[in-house]
Amino acid sequence: MTSAASAVKAVSMSAPASRPHRAATLLEARDVSVRFGGILALDGVSFTAAEHQLLGLIGPNGAGKTTLFNCFSRLYTPASGDILVGGQSILRHPPHRIADFGIGRTFQNLALFKTMSVFDNIRVGCHRLGRSDFLSNALHLPWVRGETEEADAIARELIGFLDLAAVSERRAADLAFGLQKRVELARALASRPKLLLLDEPAGGLNHHEVEELGLLIRRIRDERGVTVLLVEHHMNLVMSTCDKVVALDFGRKVADGTAAQVQRDPDVIRAYLGTKRR
Amino acid sequence: MMELFLHQVLAGIATGAIYACMALAIVMIYQAIDHLNFAQGEMAMFSTFVAWQLLEWNLPYWAAFAGTIALSFAAGVLIEHVVLRPILRAPALSHVVAFIALLAIFNSAAGFIWGHGIRSFPSPFGTQPIFGQTLVSPHNAGIMGMTLLMLVLLYLFFRHTRIGLSMRAAAANPESAQLAGIRVGWMLALGWGMAAAVGSVAGMLIAPIVFLEPNMMLGILLYGFAGAVVGGLTSPVGAVVGGVLVGVIENLVGTYMPLLGRELKLTIALVIIIAVLTIRPSGLFGRHIVTRV
Ligand SMILES: Nc1ncnc2c1ncn2[C@@H]1O[C@H](COP(=O)(O)OP(=O)(O)OP(=O)(O)O)[C@@H](O)[C@H]1O
Ligand SMILES: [Mg+2]
Repeated sequence: MTSAASAVKAVSMSAPASRPHRAATLLEARDVSVRFGGILALDGVSFTAAEHQLLGLIGPNGAGKTTLFNCFSRLYTPASGDILVGGQSILRHPPHRIADFGIGRTFQNLALFKTMSVFDNIRVGCHRLGRSDFLSNALHLPWVRGETEEADAIARELIGFLDLAAVSERRAADLAFGLQKRVELARALASRPKLLLLDEPAGGLNHHEVEELGLLIRRIRDERGVTVLLVEHHMNLVMSTCDKVVALDFGRKVADGTAAQVQRDPDVIRAYLGTKRR
Repeated sequence: MMELFLHQVLAGIATGAIYACMALAIVMIYQAIDHLNFAQGEMAMFSTFVAWQLLEWNLPYWAAFAGTIALSFAAGVLIEHVVLRPILRAPALSHVVAFIALLAIFNSAAGFIWGHGIRSFPSPFGTQPIFGQTLVSPHNAGIMGMTLLMLVLLYLFFRHTRIGLSMRAAAANPESAQLAGIRVGWMLALGWGMAAAVGSVAGMLIAPIVFLEPNMMLGILLYGFAGAVVGGLTSPVGAVVGGVLVGVIENLVGTYMPLLGRELKLTIALVIIIAVLTIRPSGLFGRHIVTRV
């Protein structure tokens, strides 16, 4: 087997089976605000996520969850505040460097490379692990070939992991919604992220599939040593899988704590019962 | 009767290879930026003048050929940076205006530097009939060979290299590509460079047939567009097949409907474009994308 495949194994082996008691902070949002014209989509949001944590981000429609993810992935730049990953501000780096910070994500409404095959979609996810330039690619120098093989191996491993073998040569756009979501997850994992942002991964899944998804997310965290941020409206999923939950409403953080604490929080209950005001 | 038909089809394939060459360049840009570049023909013409100049300076043919490809590639990258980068997010109409401006600039610059006289341009493929037949001239056979070679090289590049994959990703979904660490702006520039390079090859292969002058690409570009549209605009293989088909249709119409063929030559290309766009907008090889709403 190639070095890439063994590297995958090495990562899964070395990942801690049980988390250390006092894990270091991986992600810190400091007073993040985002404004779209008249509306304040995020209003001074602060929280932290520890390494290997599974953090749920909840809130009614329009609360600002996706906007926050867009800030973490440098698609939006906050009007004020800062975002630190591993102690470093990601806002001081150009957007294409985001993958190098070890941030991977999926999208609420999918953002696959529609015209490309499932296999190619996942291979693009490996981009940051390669370093070759245009000229050596054009001439197909030997070390480019090594790089390509490594990407192929990573993609194949993920196709096995997420059970996509049957569709790996199909065009992404031709797949059912649920399968496309899985392809997106595979693409995000291909960059070997330290921080994985999942925006409503349970959307469009049935009850049984949601249960499986919960197990899968835990497996990803445990076996791959990834910190996961999970945006979901599916409360059972959030409450049963997350170590910590942050609740947003109208762009503000209204609660932050364990699943049980947040569930009982009066502000959270009000936010959810009060969604009719919109 | 049958012999005449076959002869005309073969001749059509030979001219079609020229359109295929041009269609290939058009599709490369279209894939990268989602717009048709109307200046593509003039860029190719200008490149061909550069090649002519290098030959005048006594460079051997293939050295001038390679030098022109390299210069055209660099010019394509530069044009993207200087002209198109600032209007990246502007509406389609701004792009159209920019393309027309580029077209006018290259056309008049070539006229200004090299004049409007008609020049001959050498063919590297000699005059010895191939396989002892005279149906397909050596140069036309050479064009077919070169077009196929380019197609294979492009295919290998886009399929099997990391940058080729990144260029496809950047065109398919810029946000996701950026998130994966791809420098989308650079990929666009590379796309322009490669399209300019492919276009320069088309120009150098076409010039021995149509002769070199600032307006040499006018008709050819239209046929190239027709080929690209027939092929579906998104597939390099489609562009080549489309270009060849257009050449064959043009030749057959010219043979069996001589009046139509001679007087309304360019109209045939337009009719093909409109017919394909109405009947099958995604072309023969194009893929229809349904947008999720
Ligand atoms: N690009 C944008 N331009 C203008 N307004 C925006 C933009 N993106 C988000 N908003 C607004 O910001 C607010 C937060 O939206 P966001 O998509 O972050 O909510 P959300 O919590 O993800 O909701 P949902 O659960 O429906 O996905 C909403 O009022 C939304 O209309
Ligand atoms: Mg959302």
